[in-house]
Amino acid sequence: MQIPIDTYTLANGLVVTLSQDNTAPIVAVNLWYHVGSANEREGRTGFAHLFEHMLFQGSEHVGANEHFELVQRAGGTLTGSTWLDRTNYFETVPSNQLALALWLEADRMGALLPAMTQKKLDTQRDVVKNERRWSVDNQPYGTWWEKLPELAFPEWHPFHHSLIGSMEHLSEASLEDVEQFFRTYYTPDNAVLSIAGDFDPVEARKLVEQFFGQIPRGQGKPPLQRIELPSKFDTTLRRVVEDDVSLPRLYLAFRTPVFGSERYYESSVTAAILGMRRGSRLYRALVRERQIAADASAFTFDLAKGSDLLIVDVTARPETSADQLEHEVERQIDKLVKDGVTAEEVERAVALIQTDLVTALQSASERADRISMYATLLGDPTLVNKQAEKYEAVTADRINSFVREYLGSDNRAKLLYVPRSEDPASTDAELAEVAAS
Amino acid sequence: MTVATRPEPGPAREYHFPKFVRDRLENGLNIIVATVPKLPIVSTVMVIDATALGDAKGKEGIAELTAKALREGTASRDGTELTLDLEKLGTSLETGADWDSTVASMTVLKSRLPEAFEILAEVITTPAFNEEDIERLKAERVAERMQILDEPRGLAEESFSRFVYAGKARFAEPMSGSTKSVSAIRRDDIAEFYRNNYVPQAMTLIMVGDVTPEEGIGLATKAFGEWKGERATTPVNADTPARASRAIEIVPKADAAQSEIRIGHVGVPRSHPDYFRIVVMNAVLGGLFSSRINLNLREAHGYTYGASSYFDWRRQSGPFVISTAVQSEVTAAAITETLKEIDRMREKKISEDELTLATSYLEGVFPIRYETTAAIASALANLAIFGLPEDYYDTYRENIGAVTTRHVLNAARKYVKPEELQILVVGNPELIKQPLEALAFGPASVREAVEA
Repeated sequence: MQIPIDTYTLANGLVVTLSQDNTAPIVAVNLWYHVGSANEREGRTGFAHLFEHMLFQGSEHVGANEHFELVQRAGGTLTGSTWLDRTNYFETVPSNQLALALWLEADRMGALLPAMTQKKLDTQRDVVKNERRWSVDNQPYGTWWEKLPELAFPEWHPFHHSLIGSMEHLSEASLEDVEQFFRTYYTPDNAVLSIAGDFDPVEARKLVEQFFGQIPRGQGKPPLQRIELPSKFDTTLRRVVEDDVSLPRLYLAFRTPVFGSERYYESSVTAAILGMRRGSRLYRALVRERQIAADASAFTFDLAKGSDLLIVDVTARPETSADQLEHEVERQIDKLVKDGVTAEEVERAVALIQTDLVTALQSASERADRISMYATLLGDPTLVNKQAEKYEAVTADRINSFVREYLGSDNRAKLLYVPRSEDPASTDAELAEVAAS
Repeated sequence: MTVATRPEPGPAREYHFPKFVRDRLENGLNIIVATVPKLPIVSTVMVIDATALGDAKGKEGIAELTAKALREGTASRDGTELTLDLEKLGTSLETGADWDSTVASMTVLKSRLPEAFEILAEVITTPAFNEEDIERLKAERVAERMQILDEPRGLAEESFSRFVYAGKARFAEPMSGSTKSVSAIRRDDIAEFYRNNYVPQAMTLIMVGDVTPEEGIGLATKAFGEWKGERATTPVNADTPARASRAIEIVPKADAAQSEIRIGHVGVPRSHPDYFRIVVMNAVLGGLFSSRINLNLREAHGYTYGASSYFDWRRQSGPFVISTAVQSEVTAAAITETLKEIDRMREKKISEDELTLATSYLEGVFPIRYETTAAIASALANLAIFGLPEDYYDTYRENIGAVTTRHVLNAARKYVKPEELQILVVGNPELIKQPLEALAFGPASVREAVEA
């Protein structure tokens, strides 16, 4: 299955992709800015995400919260999200409202700063602090989002620090930071605009030129400090975290080839063999047969720079101790490395991935987002049409060579959550020290 | 450098919900097929009128356990074989039971539909229900209970149901059962529940995607045509409120970084004639991002990451709930602001502007909701589950558009009841108990223990 993709670049550097599909009268507008938490400066963890919140606080011709209201009044849906290496914004609207969605995105790309005030920043800072409490601090295992990258990337690396940010750093963010971040990263030459769904291509090009064409190119962004990493950890890293949980949980990460590389597909299929759905190895072995786990899954982080991570996530059953959980999961991984996989296992994994690829592309918003992703991270939006064949080309031999190279004990980072002990004297830090091996 | 004038919309293109065809086999099994040929996939959903309201007293969780046990093997395949056979076809069967139905669903590439459909039919008609699989599923439910109760949101949802509904009402108990009730379930209970509820006349098969009515009906006739069963169920009353007066309760979580707040009362059934007016009213109160409660608590005060309200639509009266999580220190202040918004909603009519924000949103997103075969199938499933009229989706936008500011005011006055509000907070009693008692809702009782 191929979706149509037409790509061009405006004079100011904005990459535009159009993917037409007139089945339903809806259209998705999607913008990726090539900036994420990795680009934050020292002492400003959480800023990229706080900044994403500020983009909904109005711009020169749009009032505070009017962005949300105008899109919803038009009968559309919208959101934004921040990741380590990108920030994306999207609207899906009835197709006769395409101009409105483009105008709103252009107004905040071209003229955000006139609308920024200290009061808005203070309120969004409070909202984000509450988001942190809600999604990280008051959530069982919720800190894994920051503790795993902290363990798996060295301290100097741009992916090491917390995406949601520390309370202290959020408190320190100022309007000057907003201005500087905007001028450096929110420029047309650091963005990809994708439009997918029901539109007239001539009309769409005209609107894009009219709204985005006059926004000046940026001054260029500073390169990320040292992003390259050795291909493996060359050790087993281990950290134990006490949390308000009843059941132990292990996150086991392997450093793997970056998203989009040929070997990424081996990593992705390995994750599916290990932990995609109930027929996967870990689910069958640990949940169904050995009955020591309540759940088991595996996935890739999909990072296109530095290194990617393949992550196994297994939660213990009540009778299973943390030690036993860790031991049993590693035993399964060792077995995989030693004995390899069968062609049937690869076939199962690829069949599931293929169905997911097709079902995901039903939605205009998902099409636009994936096109933007390939354009931003890998410089080629048409890669969205090449995924099925890349997965089909993965063989058992390729997987076996992959697991021997990347899943050994010289390339593991273990983050083990355990129920908080009664003894108030033992702290995270002490446990981590004792456990380091 | 930017364009100052906001663009106006062009003429809207028409949209119609996909056409569907109905049929019924001689044994009473209903069939709905909608041909949506955009991509080579088909979503299949079997809706079974086997619900958590049919759970035996003291053995709550039978409906869900039966639904989960379906996937654990049939007369001719064991559980692992069954799972792998489906996954090699690129699909998996999801099964689950709720208050109003049991649903078994899968999405598969068209070329693999006949094979996958055969397995689905085998699962529905000849489940094995092996003792050791059922014991394992029970143990998994116990682990799941521990995780739900560790999680402040899960704990709040569940505690709220127990607080709002009378102890004897089924809605007070967790939908999928407690540790105690699930432990009491035996293999024979599952087999009996299956025999009494999984019968052709209680089922609707829905197929949506790259499939014609002839193909769908043909597959169904071949797989289910000869199947028989006798229905035997006793409906129970599930929605009795715990009390008719205001009350407040704290579920303690000593180190909580936030208070999880739930405010509401027993709502109205899905079949209520004022459904559309209530939907629009709720959108303005707390259903949209730009709703009064969210703009107040999040955007004006920065108390929370988000606040929303909803009517949980069930055949019997599900709860009306306002839900948010705030810093412990502002727990009482956030509740006070929420109560103000409720009063404001009932005092005078909303503006035309607010009305059209809600109605044009609900009308506009309608086609966006039905982009996928799975979403269309699930919409058609609701026709069967709630007995909605055949033209429900064709007239949905008209019905929303007909709601006026007067209707919204009346809906707020009739269906949001300040004198009956129940407030439940999961949080740190030391920080919140005193401020909560100052709210004049009566003493804030602190729940001693939460049943696993």
